[in-house]
Amino acid sequence: MRGQEARDQAERKAAMATLAQSSGDDIVRLWNEAGLPSQAELLRGPETGLVTLRGRIGGGGAPFNVGEATVTRATVRLPSGQVGHCYALGRDKQKARLAAIADALWQDPARRAEVETRLIAPLRSALATTQEKRRAETAATKVDFFTMVRGED
Amino acid sequence: MYVAVKGGEAAIRNAHSLLADRRRGDRSVPALRLDQIVEQLALGVDRVMSEGSLYDRELAALAIVQARGDMIEAIFLVRAYRTTLPRFGYSKPIDTGAMLVERRVSATYKDLPGGQLLGPTFDYTHRLLDPGLAAGADVAEPLRRETEKLAMPRVSAILAREGLIEADGQMPQDHVPGDITREPLEFPMARDIRLQALSRGDEGFLLALGYSTQRGYARNHPFVGEIRIGEVELELDVPELPFAAPLGTVRVTECQMVNQFKGSAKAPPQFTRGYGLVFGQSERKAMAMALCDRALRASELGEDVVAAAQDEEFVISHSDNVQATGFVEHLKLPHYVDFQAELDLVRRMRAEYEARENPTKVEEKREAAE
Repeated sequence: MRGQEARDQAERKAAMATLAQSSGDDIVRLWNEAGLPSQAELLRGPETGLVTLRGRIGGGGAPFNVGEATVTRATVRLPSGQVGHCYALGRDKQKARLAAIADALWQDPARRAEVETRLIAPLRSALATTQEKRRAETAATKVDFFTMVRGED
Repeated sequence: MYVAVKGGEAAIRNAHSLLADRRRGDRSVPALRLDQIVEQLALGVDRVMSEGSLYDRELAALAIVQARGDMIEAIFLVRAYRTTLPRFGYSKPIDTGAMLVERRVSATYKDLPGGQLLGPTFDYTHRLLDPGLAAGADVAEPLRRETEKLAMPRVSAILAREGLIEADGQMPQDHVPGDITREPLEFPMARDIRLQALSRGDEGFLLALGYSTQRGYARNHPFVGEIRIGEVELELDVPELPFAAPLGTVRVTECQMVNQFKGSAKAPPQFTRGYGLVFGQSERKAMAMALCDRALRASELGEDVVAAAQDEEFVISHSDNVQATGFVEHLKLPHYVDFQAELDLVRRMRAEYEARENPTKVEEKREAAE
C-alpha cells in the first residue's frame, strides 16, 4: 500500500511537472481536442506571485538566494470533490487554472487514464522531442580533439 | 526668504507624451513585438532578468521596449514591478549537475566526462559585421548529432577527488540563507548574501572589478574550471502537496572559477574557488561574478585586503545599478533651494576671503560706494 502510494505521488508529480513545463497554448489545444471538462470551483487564484530561486555555493554547497521568478498558482475543486493544484513559472492564468483542473481530474480514478493519455502523454512527448532536438544540436558542437602526429614512422 | 513654488505639470505631461512618440519612432516602421525581442535580443532579455532579479522573459522584453533599449532603465522597471507581487516562498536549491546542458566548457580539463560542448557561442567568431544579417538572409537549421545521454558532472567534483581543491562553500549547520530583499545590508556579510548581491549586480561594474584582479589588484590566478549554460528544473515546497511542486525550468549560467592559492596561516596550499550563478545565458557576468566572489573571500582565506575588488563594503554597496543610477541621476532633479543656500554661503566665504587677502581694495570699494 505504501509502495502504491509513493508510486501514485511520483506519477502525479510527473504529470504536474509536464503541465508546468508545457505552454498554455498546447494545453488549451489538447484540452479542447480531448473534450475534457473545464468546469470547476476556483478555491484560490489564479494568482501571480514570486518564488525566490535558490542555488548552492559552488554548485553543491550551502544554499543562497539568486533572484525571483514569476509563478502563477491556482487551486480548484471539481463537482465530484477532488481538489487540484497548479504552480507554474510565468504569468499564464488560463494555463494555471487548466493545469489545476487536470491535477484534480488526475486524482479521480475514473478520469486518470483519460488525462494521462489525452493530455499528459502528448505534452510529454512534445517536450521530449524539443529536449532531444536541443541535446542533439548541442552535441553537434562537441569538440573532438585529435593528436597531431609529428613526422612519419 | 523661502517661497514654495510648484509647477511643471503640463510640461511633465507633454514630455511623457513626447517620450511615447519618440519611443515608437517612425510609424512607417513596424512596431516591435515582445516575442521578437524575446527571440532575437535574447541575451539583452537575459541581462534585464538577471540584474532586474526577476526571471520572466516577456516582462524583461516589455521593459526593454518601454525603456527604448536603455538597459538600466529596463532593469529599474523590472525591479519596480517585482515589488507589486506577493511572495510564495523560496525554491528548493537548483541542481546544476542535472542541467539540460546547452553549453559546457572547461579551460582546465580537455577530456572531462561529457566533453566540451561549445553551444551557441560568440567565441571563435571573427567579430566581422555580417551584411547578410542586415539584408534579412535566411538562417539554416543547426546540425544535429545523435549521441547517447552522457552524465555531465560538475568539474569541481572531478577536481575534488585529488583533494587539492577546496569543497563547495559551506555555511554553519543552522545558517538560514540571508535575503537582501528582506533585510538591509550589513557588513561584514556572509558569502551567501554576497552571492545574492553579486548575482543581481551590474555586469559592467563586476566586469571591471574582475578585470582589475587579473591586472594585479588582488591577483588570484584564475582558471575557468567550468562554465555551463542550460535549463534546470525548479521546485517549491508547499503545504498543500505531499511533494515539492514542480514549477517548470529556468535557464541559468554557472561559472566555476578555480584559483591557485599558495596557502596562508588559515589554509594550506590548494586551489580555491569563486562561484558565479546568473539567470539566462549570461557568461561574462557569471565569470565576473566568480572572480569577484573569490576576491571578496580574502579575509576568510587570510589574504591581505589591499585592492578595491577585495573590499566587501565597497564592492557590494556599489554593485547595484538601480541604486547607483538613482543616486547619480537624482542630481539632475531641481535643487534650486539647496543651490540658493550654497550660493549664499559661497558668496559670503568669497567676501571674507577677499577681505583677508586684499584689505585695502575692499576698503577702497567701500569708500567708492559711500
